[in-house]
Amino acid sequence: MEERSIGLVDHNNQAPLENIQYIESPQVFQDHMDKNGFLVTQVDKLITWAQSGSLWPMSFGLACCAVEMMQTAASRYDLDKYGVVFRPSPRQSDVMIVAGTLTNKMAPALRRVYDQMAEPRWVISMGSCANGGGYYHYSYSVVRGCDHIVPVDVYVPGCPPTAEALLYGIMQLKRKIQAKGYYKRSK
Amino acid sequence: MLEIDQKNPLFTLKQALFDAKQPYFMRYLYTLNNLTVWVEPQNLYPAISMLRDDQNLLFDQLIDITAVDYPDRENRFDVVYHFLSTKFGWRLRVKVETSADQPVASLVGLYPSAGWWERETWDMFGILFEGNPDHRRLLTDYNFEGHPLRKDFPVMGHYQVAYDSEKQEVVREPVKLAQDFRDYDFKSPWEGVGQLFDKVAERNDGSS
Repeated sequence: MEERSIGLVDHNNQAPLENIQYIESPQVFQDHMDKNGFLVTQVDKLITWAQSGSLWPMSFGLACCAVEMMQTAASRYDLDKYGVVFRPSPRQSDVMIVAGTLTNKMAPALRRVYDQMAEPRWVISMGSCANGGGYYHYSYSVVRGCDHIVPVDVYVPGCPPTAEALLYGIMQLKRKIQAKGYYKRSK
Repeated sequence: MLEIDQKNPLFTLKQALFDAKQPYFMRYLYTLNNLTVWVEPQNLYPAISMLRDDQNLLFDQLIDITAVDYPDRENRFDVVYHFLSTKFGWRLRVKVETSADQPVASLVGLYPSAGWWERETWDMFGILFEGNPDHRRLLTDYNFEGHPLRKDFPVMGHYQVAYDSEKQEVVREPVKLAQDFRDYDFKSPWEGVGQLFDKVAERNDGSS
């Protein structure tokens, strides 16, 4: 379980912001609700909590990294338990995992799919090829990093990254969303 | 029906191909249990037609078409065809010499699968195939210029793509390498790195 999720404020206290409790277990939440009957939180905390708790990735598998991405989503590491469910449509997704070699021919399609995603949206660049061209860095047909095309939030290194590495990248993205607390990204 | 020499079946194949009645093949090379034969460009279509239909050969599968670039030669390209005879278990490699502006006969009439391979060979080497019904590029970017597998094509190409936030679209721009080429001597990892630095120093001295 996440160590920090929604911050709770004790409404009896005169200086609520300095006296934030954190939900550490369902029991704490239950005790709080039994005592007070309601809870108070900050809107951005609530929103980022909700956003980071249901990151739906656009499946954008381009090469062998996609197989590792499937492995992360499969039963052993089970992305579903983090609320991460792959969507086949950009309209329904929050995050795009660029998994594999991005070629010049594919770049406009990648950007179009990114543009079709609703705000707020995030991008995880997975693997050496998406990070900086990787093995194909000097090639005539490969984009030297998908950050030439879309703004990237988290880079996951590896060739391909292990399932654990991608999982860690998704956890980092969750932390980033909760820390920044934005509703809308610029650009 | 040919009597196949079981110890050396390819010898039987070679004898059949260089039969006096079939004047198509010029020379042959026998390497690594593979038989390669050369054919004149104008004889290509009848020769392959014979390979496919002759009851003693029956090369009914076209495995691959590709090419090799020898920039120093007058006819700089070898177009390479691979065939398989499922009846006799033979594999045969056929080579045709050609140049950039001399078309080669298309094999689409004999093997429909030749279409895409000829398109790929056109895309990568710029070799023309006369009679291909859909003579377009296959793999490279839209409006791509040049033929990447030619030896005189620079490996990093002529352009790279990036998103232009003002135009709001992906645009082409000149190649800008953030990282210089790396020349490693893999025979010795230590000396290799040393030579790398020497080469970089050399290059910097030369340019300034």
